Amino acid sequence: MNLGGGQVVNKQPMMPSSSGGSWKSSAAAAGGDSGVSDQFPAGLRVLVVDDDSTCLMILEKMLRHCKYEVTKCNRAEVALSYLRENKNGFDVVISDVHMPDMDGFKLLEHIGLEMDLPVIMMSADDSKSVVMKGVTHGACDYLIKPVRIEALRNIWQHVVRKRKHEWKDFDQSASADEQKQPEEPDYSSSANEGHNWKNTKRRKDEDDEADERDESSSLKKPRVVWSVELHQQFVAAVNQLGIDKAVPKKILELMNVPGLTRENVASHLQKYRLYLRRLSGSQHPGGMNTGFMGGPDPGFGSMSSLNGLDLQALAASGQLGQLPPQSLATLQAAALGRSTNLKSTISVPVIDQRNIFSFENPKSRYPEVQSQHLTNNNSSKQINLLPGIPTNMEPKQFVSMHQSGQHSLGNMNNLVLMQMGGQSQSQSQSQAQLNTNVHNGLRQPVMSNEMLTRGGVVDMAPTVYNPVVSVSQASSLVNFSMGHKTDSSRSSYSLRGNLGIPNLPNTSSALQGDRNLDTKVSRKGTVPSYDIFNDLNQNRDWGLPDVGLTFDQNQHTIQTGLDASNPLLLQHNRSSGRDMGGQNRNITSGKVMLSQGFETRTHHNGSNVGQHRTTYVKTENDNDGSCHSTLYSEQYGQDDLLAAVLKHQQHQQQEGVGQPENEFVFDGYALDDLPV
Amino acid sequence: MDVVSQLQRQFVEHATSLYREGYLDDQFTQLLKLQDESNPDFVVEVVSLFFEDTEKLLNNLTTALQQESIDYKQVDAHVHQFKGSSSSIGAQRVKNVCVVFRNYCDEKNLDGCLVCLEQAKNEYLLVRNKLEALFNVSL
Repeated sequence: MNLGGGQVVNKQPMMPSSSGGSWKSSAAAAGGDSGVSDQFPAGLRVLVVDDDSTCLMILEKMLRHCKYEVTKCNRAEVALSYLRENKNGFDVVISDVHMPDMDGFKLLEHIGLEMDLPVIMMSADDSKSVVMKGVTHGACDYLIKPVRIEALRNIWQHVVRKRKHEWKDFDQSASADEQKQPEEPDYSSSANEGHNWKNTKRRKDEDDEADERDESSSLKKPRVVWSVELHQQFVAAVNQLGIDKAVPKKILELMNVPGLTRENVASHLQKYRLYLRRLSGSQHPGGMNTGFMGGPDPGFGSMSSLNGLDLQALAASGQLGQLPPQSLATLQAAALGRSTNLKSTISVPVIDQRNIFSFENPKSRYPEVQSQHLTNNNSSKQINLLPGIPTNMEPKQFVSMHQSGQHSLGNMNNLVLMQMGGQSQSQSQSQAQLNTNVHNGLRQPVMSNEMLTRGGVVDMAPTVYNPVVSVSQASSLVNFSMGHKTDSSRSSYSLRGNLGIPNLPNTSSALQGDRNLDTKVSRKGTVPSYDIFNDLNQNRDWGLPDVGLTFDQNQHTIQTGLDASNPLLLQHNRSSGRDMGGQNRNITSGKVMLSQGFETRTHHNGSNVGQHRTTYVKTENDNDGSCHSTLYSEQYGQDDLLAAVLKHQQHQQQEGVGQPENEFVFDGYALDDLPV
Repeated sequence: MDVVSQLQRQFVEHATSLYREGYLDDQFTQLLKLQDESNPDFVVEVVSLFFEDTEKLLNNLTTALQQESIDYKQVDAHVHQFKGSSSSIGAQRVKNVCVVFRNYCDEKNLDGCLVCLEQAKNEYLLVRNKLEALFNVSL
């Protein structure tokens, strides 16, 4: 592999490891070409993985024609070892989907978790389901074979985009951090890198970075590369703390890596939990569904945003009950079983919902949801949710969602909610409702797709996701999850509906439509949505405009759901880009039922928060709301908002269990069973 | 360079006829474009590689379809790969057979699969002959 390819300035794709190296050194390591940025994207360092040697040869030739530096390998394990050996040795990875030794999606997950490089999937298979799977797993792009050289010429954009986002996140989190915790040291190295990066890209550094870190005055935190050692340190810290108690702040302290910020840890933790979820997804099939939805939407929505972790949390909370156990399970499975590949996750049998929830402790995400369920929602309700979202809840929620969810984010949430809502209702009902809701609010097919694809969303639908899935690509994923739901009895949540697709009255039809999906995705399909969201959150810029919107609806019916959903929304916002923060706040304006969790969001807006909280509180946990709001208000900037929300949720969940840390407290995760 | 230009013309004509008959598609053209002085035998190399892989694939497929209890997933995986490599080369007819083949796999239709396997073998041999003639080499 060619380390040297990158031009220092522009190309520097990989920032030195967090611990590390200064930018200069990394540049040097990278072969430090003397920063001829003009040459970019020439010299882009590409790693190609494909078991078909013919294709590999052709691709290599094409990439060389584009003046990229190419390293090829035909086995995923070999590719991973290349990547691990040279942490900053590559800028982008192109991988085939179908490989004998390791599934391409699994490789994608590993890379995302460990190195966080942009990964492009490719395959001769152009069926929607597979493409959707790529999206939900976090692939930057998906190429259909035969690959043309024109398609390869532009892959550099993914590198640039990813870096840009990272910077952005850094900035936001950095600024947020500063306010709250000035302790995280800035990476000196990163600062350096960031500097270049920033200069090239943005101007933010001065404001954000200046105060937070030592030298960072104008540096943006470079992207942290989670090397194997770093990841192992991380895992050790997490294990030491216990999954439940593993909060970014503590992990950070334990790891004691200079230059690593809480945000880095937080986002990595998210991914990790998602990963764990997927692993153990099969073990806790039902979990997800059950706890998830206090209010179908919120729980669901939150799930997606929360990323696998949330799901688990939700699942753990089990109380949510709103989400059909299956969905939760699926979500969980998806999250955990990511490595095992989506399919398996989906099939996560309906884990006893309670279990799932309990072990996850969504706290971070769905504190509200859970608490809600527990407190307000009658357990019966919750139960309903699981199998099918309680009828009452959904319609309203969705409707409200719709309205509020104008934002992209909102849309997503809506979807989630819808799905959730769908779940709560009886299956049949849910579908109907979903459909309606979908129409109303779900405009955003895109979002929904994502949601669906994530699978997390899908799970929401209590039982039958499958049908919905067919609606769109996302739906395919959804189906997966849905199908998996062991509960099966669940309403076939027409995800489609959620997607914004015209109602799919019955899942069964949907199922058929997605024959492929079903076949492929044997899973119950609960999990996926979650993952999707997580992935989405993490990788994308959601630009969640108003997450809060969705919450509104949830209030009345699905309290728990609301919470859940809200967090999701929040999450999304968060992950998508800290910049979103502003948007999210808007949500609060009244819509956000997000019971406690939302408040955090709103408090950005400030005023909204206070108001909302109280309102929400009534539905869910009134008690916590107030306190949480304060908690959140102090929070950080946009990023923190999310965190705050999560935290808030946790609080909610625990009835005011204060999660002191501002950071994302992922306490909810009682991943006892999860192999860490 | 009459001879050279003549040979070139022949090549072009021959290739054109292959396109016309559907043996090759645009992807093959892309491969030709990739060839340059630094790697003058690129296309021949790639095509040879393709044929080698195909032989193995076809053998695997034959074996897989002769099993008592057929693992269609495995068969599908093979066909999928075959489809990928044939489309990357530009062997259009082979790729088309693969598409049909995959459908039969999904349906677990053994007869259909066997028919497709035969067709795939035939198309492979055909395109191989054509390409060998085109390049005037034994691939």
